[in-house]
Amino acid sequence: MEFKFTEENLQKIDRVLEKYPVKQPAVMPLLYLAQEQNGWISVEVMQEIANILEMDAEDVLGVVTFYTMFHQKPMGKHHIQVCTNVSCMLRGGYEIYNSVREKLGIENGGVTQDTKFSLEEVECMGSCGTAPMIAVNEDFFENLSKDKALQILDSLT
Amino acid sequence: MEKIVLPEIENLHQLDVYLNNGGYTAIRKALSQSPDDIIDQVKKSGLRGRGGAAFSAGLKWSFMPKSTDKPKYLCINGDESEPGSFKDRQVFEFNPHQLIEGALITCYAINARKAYLYIRGEYHKWIKLMQKAIDDAYENGFIGEKMKEKYGTDFSCDLYIHKGAGAYICGEESSLMNSIEGKRGYPRVKPPFPAQNGLWGNPTTINNVETLTNVPPIINKGWEWFASIGEPKHPGTLLFGVSGHVNKPGVYELPSGTLLTDIIYNYAGGVPGNKKIKCVIPGGSSMPPLRGDALEGVKMDAESLRAAGSAIGTGGIMVMDEDTDLVKVLARITKFYYHESCGQCTPCREGTGWMLKLLNRIVDGKGSSKDLDLLISVANNIEGNTVCALGEAAAWPVKFMVTRFRDEFEAQVREKVELEVKNKVHSMRSTETPITNITV
Ligand SMILES: Cc1cc2nc3c(=O)[nH]c(=O)nc-3n(C[C@H](O)[C@H](O)[C@H](O)COP(=O)(O)O)c2cc1C
Ligand code: SF4
Ligand code: FES
Repeated sequence: MEFKFTEENLQKIDRVLEKYPVKQPAVMPLLYLAQEQNGWISVEVMQEIANILEMDAEDVLGVVTFYTMFHQKPMGKHHIQVCTNVSCMLRGGYEIYNSVREKLGIENGGVTQDTKFSLEEVECMGSCGTAPMIAVNEDFFENLSKDKALQILDSLT
Repeated sequence: MEKIVLPEIENLHQLDVYLNNGGYTAIRKALSQSPDDIIDQVKKSGLRGRGGAAFSAGLKWSFMPKSTDKPKYLCINGDESEPGSFKDRQVFEFNPHQLIEGALITCYAINARKAYLYIRGEYHKWIKLMQKAIDDAYENGFIGEKMKEKYGTDFSCDLYIHKGAGAYICGEESSLMNSIEGKRGYPRVKPPFPAQNGLWGNPTTINNVETLTNVPPIINKGWEWFASIGEPKHPGTLLFGVSGHVNKPGVYELPSGTLLTDIIYNYAGGVPGNKKIKCVIPGGSSMPPLRGDALEGVKMDAESLRAAGSAIGTGGIMVMDEDTDLVKVLARITKFYYHESCGQCTPCREGTGWMLKLLNRIVDGKGSSKDLDLLISVANNIEGNTVCALGEAAAWPVKFMVTRFRDEFEAQVREKVELEVKNKVHSMRSTETPITNITV
């Protein structure tokens, strides 16, 4: 499917490009904009960004695959990220991860059939002092218990 | 107690409140002196990097070449992805203008006209808060072209946020620069060092967020004042992030050299259920773990921790009580480094995988004593043989955890292997069944 940035995003891209002396550094900001607009990073997205930044599409792909936050397939409407690194683990991170996994019936990286949820086991999110935590898309929920985490899932529409 | 980085002033994140509390006066003062004077004061203050290596900030700035027409850059490291570290986010949230002011003074000192603040991608909220502060500062002439008018100098400087996208390795300074350049975040071989060959091949200085937030008070109150706080060799306050098995986890700003036990028991409220401490990792998950029975008298500064057999790292203190399964903890730590290895060097890429396999085997009850020696040997073969320090970050926890808690690891391998034998003899039950599922 063809991908073109919206007019609004094209204006944002102009402003992004002003920050750097060359074009390539804009690749991550543009991938974020594209992901916001398109939901995920398709081949067409990478091609379009390569065109705009005068890069090889392979180099754009190299960036996409290096960073975990760029998704090469559509994720759920609510992307659930559960931290299981040490500080969270010590305070019940795995209990939360396992109960979320069971409730949603999907494994790490999976998307529910109705595309409402996707699940990702993530590394330390910088919430160790308010552990355990989950993130739903961009929002952090901290100081959780298993029950609180499941309540959050229930509250998402 | 005096707070330097996170003063307890309500709404300090707002520009007007920051201004009412002496904000943006240090940059004015700095601009009336020569860049070399600034570097000299920061050197004498003893300010050392808060990003992990505790290197002298002033000395690092002095490496920036003067006789060159090339543009110079400052990168501010807010990647904050070391497990157990959550301090820089406090600066973004509660004192963003002091970070901006520190960055501007640094740019003036090293003659940079552009600074990039690299913030980990997951910190969406804190990126927005930081961007708001930057926008306000621009609008009011504290950053950018308008500075010239505001301060009556010909110095001006731009500051941009570059958002990461989920890669721990991008906190390593050369990887961070590649990431800003729009490439995969592979660390670069050093030398050349960033001061010679950094962003787009130009002289570049990289400093941690907390490091630079210390700079305005040093300029305003003088290096003697700063040098007199805490441990003389590593002066100032440090942001200690305490997590794990404590009653009051959180970030505590305290003078360097504060006793580790004081931080855990007094500030962080001790261990839930008054349990004993089995293990503490004092500086983020890459640093060598300390035994719970060896914490008495350990002070939190670079030299004291080195003497105690660990390192200050990011000051992220992870506390584990007596019931913690350290084999599982180490397996989890190793999984992290395996996941985050960029894969450039064989010892790191393969070694982290081997260590993880061995540790998972031990967790599953299939390990033997020999595996413990093998773990240490793999760790030793990673250390010192890689492009960047992620190799050490992966090797240290394994090497020191297994050595210092050998009893616990031995118990795990012996106990479970005995079980395996018992099963074979008495029931002929397949030993393929995970031991953890067998109830005896
Ligand atoms: C694997 C790895 C990850 C790192 N992550 C960070 C980080 O997230 N933040 C940081 O400030 N420094 C990090 N560092 C240290 C940086 O390379 C660099 O030393 C530091 O940013 C310099 O700033 P400072 O001198 O002010 O501490 C990391 C180093 C390594 C090897
Ligand atoms: S040590 Fe590991 S993370 Fe660092 S460059 Fe080598 S492979 Fe990459
Ligand atoms: S370990 Fe989960 S947020 Fe740090």
